[in-house]
Formats: sequence, structure tokens, C-alpha cells
Amino acid sequence: MAGSATDYIKHHLTHAKAPHDGGFWSLNVDTFSVSLLLGFIFLFVFARVVRTFSIEKPGRLQCLVEIIVDMVATQVKDIFHAKSAMVAPLALTVFCWVFLMNAMDMLPVDFLPYIAQLIGGALGADPHHVYLRVVPSADVNATFAMSLSVMILIIAFSIKAKGFGGYMHELFSAPFGPKVGPINFIFQLIELIAKPISLALRLFGNMYAGELIFILIALLPWYMQWLLGAPWAIFHILVITLQAFVFMMLTIVYLSLAVEDH
Amino acid sequence: MEALVSQIQGMTALAAAIMIGLGAIGTALGFGILGGKFLESSARQPEMIPVLQTKLFIIAGLLDAISMIGVGVGLLYTFNNPFLTSALAVVKAGAGA
Repeated sequence: MAGSATDYIKHHLTHAKAPHDGGFWSLNVDTFSVSLLLGFIFLFVFARVVRTFSIEKPGRLQCLVEIIVDMVATQVKDIFHAKSAMVAPLALTVFCWVFLMNAMDMLPVDFLPYIAQLIGGALGADPHHVYLRVVPSADVNATFAMSLSVMILIIAFSIKAKGFGGYMHELFSAPFGPKVGPINFIFQLIELIAKPISLALRLFGNMYAGELIFILIALLPWYMQWLLGAPWAIFHILVITLQAFVFMMLTIVYLSLAVEDH
Repeated sequence: MEALVSQIQGMTALAAAIMIGLGAIGTALGFGILGGKFLESSARQPEMIPVLQTKLFIIAGLLDAISMIGVGVGLLYTFNNPFLTSALAVVKAGAGA
């Protein structure tokens, strides 16, 4: 497709929105459907391993799932000291889902968008206006959705552990003591709001920057592609796994701080 | 009109550069101190290396966060400049009225 480098970059940074012209309330259909699809793939694979579980002759998929579950269970046991049946499955879901969403960044930049353009062209739409961004965690909406859910869980766990009155008392009396209530409240509010914001933007920033550098590398001539693209892709494998791991760890840590007993 | 666009673009370029650069300084210093402490403690107690390595990666992920946010915002300004878009919308509205 003809057009300048800026057009190429802009094309690859636009979401498939519904309604098509955007606006605050438009839905990023590509983020929504890809993240849903990946969630179902994760659930399907893990459920299948459970159904074909074998102790004497574990297959390779079962061993992989066991490694992941074991790792998550160890982390939860080390950090979360109260009793809750929800934290470990939540941590497992967060880790696997964020990892799968991040891993979509390893596909070539033009691959799925080009197929989408062909399909869109065949269905009658203008091929140049068919947008598709396949990395859900490079969309602020997806990362903030997850981290705001974690924030709601933090509040819910705190209320469950300390009671509503106890939680309100803590909001106004920690960390400085009960006499300076409003100052405590401001500090607690800042701490409470900083958690989901940093959680969401950390993941978004890493994935957005990674995707953008892949797009910029795609604009280079063919003989420079492997020279720059290969090291960045290899480094990005580390970043993908690390970001999923850090998201999971911080979720567990925030929840354990919410229920901790002084 | 050209002067307005070029001023906005110049300032945006500077802003993006400062954001990415200052973030990089902080992260680099942080990683340096973190790595140094890790190496010291590994030398003191080699049997703790696996435990410490996990925590190393966790803290590395945390250190990366703010500078990555800065990089994300900087790249957003570079390739999808919101200031330019709103300024052009104002100009168009002014010219149309």
C-alpha cells in the first residue's frame, strides 16, 4: 500500500473501533475480541489437561501446566498469609492471560492486519480503513480494566478482613495516628489510587513501546531487518514474561497487604 | 499557520526527548544499584542466589515501570500528537466560522 512512513505507523497504531469514528464511548473491538479469545484458549487448554490428567504418564502439556501452577502456588504461599480460595486461581489467571496477551506481540507486525485487510476488502469495506491491533495489553483500556478490577478486589478484601467500620477507621488513622485524620486519608487515597495506575501503565508502556519499535523496525530496508529485529525480538521475549510475572506478583502483594493484620 | 504547527511539533519533540531521557537516567541508576547489591549478596551467600534472583527480576520489573510509562507517553506524543490535533481543530473551526 502506498503512503508515507507516518501513514504506515498511524495505520498500525489505530484500533478497530465500533462506532467507526471513535469517541470516548467507542469500543476497541480488536482488543475486546482478541483478549476474550486468548482467555478462552487459556481456559480450554488448562481444562483439557485436567480432563486428561495422568499421574503415571504425564504428557508434556500436563508437565508444562504443572510447572506453571506450581510456580504460582509457591509465590502465593510465600506472600499471601491469610486464607482465601480466590487468590491463587486469580494469580494463575492473571499470569497466563497477561502472558498470552503480551505474546501476541511476537507475531509479525503486518501479519494479522494484512489478513484482516484482505478479509475486509472481500467483504466490501475500504481496505485502507480496516484497522487491527492484535496486542490487547498495548491498549490502555485492557490494562486499566485488569488493574481497576484488582483495585476493587483490594477494597473488597480489606473490607472482608477488617469489616467496613474497621477499614474506614484504618483509612483515617494510618499511618500517622488518629488525630490527623484528613492527612491520613489523603495519604491512604494516594496509595490506593497509585496501585492500579502504576500496574496498568507499567504493562501498557512496556507493550506499547515494544510494538512501536517493531513497527519502526518494519519500516527499515530488508537487509537491516534481521540486524535490528532479531535482538529486539529476543529481548522482548524476556520483557513479555517479566511483565506478566510482575503483574501477577504485584496483584498477590497488594492483596496480601490488604488483608494484613498489624 | 506553518509557524504554529512547527512550534507545536518542536516543543513536542523536546518534551518527548526529556521524558524518555530523564526516565532512562533514573532507571539506569536504579538498575546499577540493584545489580551491585545483588552481586554483593550473591558473593556473600551463594546458596541464596536462586531466591535473590527471583526478587531481582521482580524489582527490575518495578524499576522499569515509570520509565516505560514515560517512553509510552513520549512515543504517543511523537506519533499521534494530541496537541497538534486539537490545535488544528481549533484553527479549522476558526477558519470555518
